[in-house]
Amino acid sequence: MIATTSSTDDTTTPAPGAGGPRKSFQWRGLFNPSPIAHLLNKLGLGFFVPYVRLAAGDEPQKQVRQILIDILLPGLAMCLFFAFWAVCAKHVKTDSTRIPTPAETWSAWQGMQAFAADQAVKESEFGDKMEKLAAVWDKQAQAAKDAGDAAKAAASAERAESYRSKEYAGPPTFYHQIGTSLITVTIGFIAATLIAIPLGILCGLNRYFFIALNPLVQIFKPVSPLAWLPIVFVFVTALYDPPASSHLFGRAMFISAGTVTLCSLWPTLINTAFGVAGIDKDHLNVARVLKLSWFKQLTSIILPSALPLIFTGLRLSLGVGWMVLIAADMLAQNPGLGKFVWDTFQNGSTESMAQIVVAVFAIGIIGFFLDRIMFALQRLVTFEDRAI
Amino acid sequence: MSIQLECYNLAKTYETKRGPFSVFRNLNLKVRTGEFVSIIGHSGCGKSTVLSMVAGLNEISEGAIMLAGKEIDGPGPDRGVVFQSPCLLPWISALNNVLLGVDQVFSHATKAQRRQIALHYLSQVGLADAASKKPTELSQGMRQRVGIARAFALEPKMLLLDEPFGMLDALTRIELQDVLLKLWAQKQITAMLITHDVDEAIFVSDRIICMTDGPEAEIGEVVTVPFERPRDRKTVLADPRFRELRQHIIHFLNERSHMRRSLPEAAARTPSSAAA
Repeated sequence: MIATTSSTDDTTTPAPGAGGPRKSFQWRGLFNPSPIAHLLNKLGLGFFVPYVRLAAGDEPQKQVRQILIDILLPGLAMCLFFAFWAVCAKHVKTDSTRIPTPAETWSAWQGMQAFAADQAVKESEFGDKMEKLAAVWDKQAQAAKDAGDAAKAAASAERAESYRSKEYAGPPTFYHQIGTSLITVTIGFIAATLIAIPLGILCGLNRYFFIALNPLVQIFKPVSPLAWLPIVFVFVTALYDPPASSHLFGRAMFISAGTVTLCSLWPTLINTAFGVAGIDKDHLNVARVLKLSWFKQLTSIILPSALPLIFTGLRLSLGVGWMVLIAADMLAQNPGLGKFVWDTFQNGSTESMAQIVVAVFAIGIIGFFLDRIMFALQRLVTFEDRAI
Repeated sequence: MSIQLECYNLAKTYETKRGPFSVFRNLNLKVRTGEFVSIIGHSGCGKSTVLSMVAGLNEISEGAIMLAGKEIDGPGPDRGVVFQSPCLLPWISALNNVLLGVDQVFSHATKAQRRQIALHYLSQVGLADAASKKPTELSQGMRQRVGIARAFALEPKMLLLDEPFGMLDALTRIELQDVLLKLWAQKQITAMLITHDVDEAIFVSDRIICMTDGPEAEIGEVVTVPFERPRDRKTVLADPRFRELRQHIIHFLNERSHMRRSLPEAAARTPSSAAA
């Protein structure tokens, strides 16, 4: 972000001497952009590199051209998409509803934000009200205590406590639903990682283990989340009895998370197995010559060299997990984005269709950011030159 | 002087679809303690195979290898190996690469002592300032220096060098030969070098084992190098005996190394597959 702001400041005043011939070993612009560019590339933010180089005065014409390409081409595609969408909105309709226009979608988004803000106000008002009531009972408790009536004091204190612990029971806002979905996918993804990485390492290390497990992996890998869900439902219902009141961490959330786990563990498992099995033979020879213990081999050679592929697997897994989550939320009635889409669809009006389109964009953008985060992690653990 | 390494009737045979394929056979070799021996020969004569068998990384088909009076059984840190590519772990620093072996061999020493040992050997190969650098930040020559430091830091009974300078340019190669000889002279470790560079073999070795061409390679000739140690490159190069030796070995490699195969007796023993 720093890069973009500074670039806008400097676009009008290119760095002195930047346009002229420059020596390759000494940077003569404002600052040397290479380390920042390197870092940005490493974090998967290569989009911002031309801005940094422009800010530094590194071949401004080339950078401006790159920036224009980076903005204009996607912008053009976006415009075409919106035009197509607008046409669809005009012509695609059923008896009760139709595809919302981009403008309707935008106002639906604003409506959802307003609703969330309104709920936030109501929630804080509710909190204040409860606090006031609790304060009244606190006073009574104090009075009873001073009067020496211990039983009454205790009862009053309990009343005060019960007011304080009351939660606002308003409908979940869009942000709550996003939060629920993110928590659910995180639980499912972490569980998948904890299962898949150890199994993958075993498969990669031991041929027999791999042969034994391979058919199971191949058969279960293509199974749809919708088919897993009833089975996860039985497991969770049989094994997990949540505290009655909490809607967060309820059964539905674990059913969703379990389905995410079952669908998303395969890419990590397979990539880990291949990463571990494909370790440079020279590196293993080093381990053999040094007679490293099994654990030392694992931590100092096997894991580091398999890490890039493990992270490739994790990135794929999280992508699959996020996709699966929406479907699982719908079926398990976990109060996340999937449930929101389904409930809104049942509502059936054009306005609710607009809300669904907002949800589609939100799901896509969140998925994109999750992928970027994993990509950055993947780049950080990948050493550039493997063949040393 | 005592014998450090003895190869007795050593042979390597691979099982192939078309029957056994003999890489080399009848290899009998004794290396004295503190001696520097080179094995030279054309590609495919199995010279690297001999070394990796001594290292314990390659299975012995026939015969036996005795190191300091004991038959070797698998790899171990009593033999320091320098591979053709340095085989450094790219995710840890040069120091940690050396420490990996030091920690293993000097497990009774304190952490600071082990670090001291690793740093000592890194400075011996001229990398005192680069200890904390990752292998990617080092040049090819510097990486191989780390490889040499790692092998010496094990304080092994035997040093095994598998074409360690094969991937380096001529100038760097000369530098590293000097580094190697300096350390070797200090430590008096028995060393075995695989090379196809005749000059290198003559300059560093006490004896040069010339192998005939594979398959079914054998020791063709053993050449003793007469130069005094420590050797000075200029003096050695100027010595007429150097040129004589060089010509002798090159002549062996060019003319005589493949003679044996044309002998009727050898041809009869070569399975049809081996000729391929």
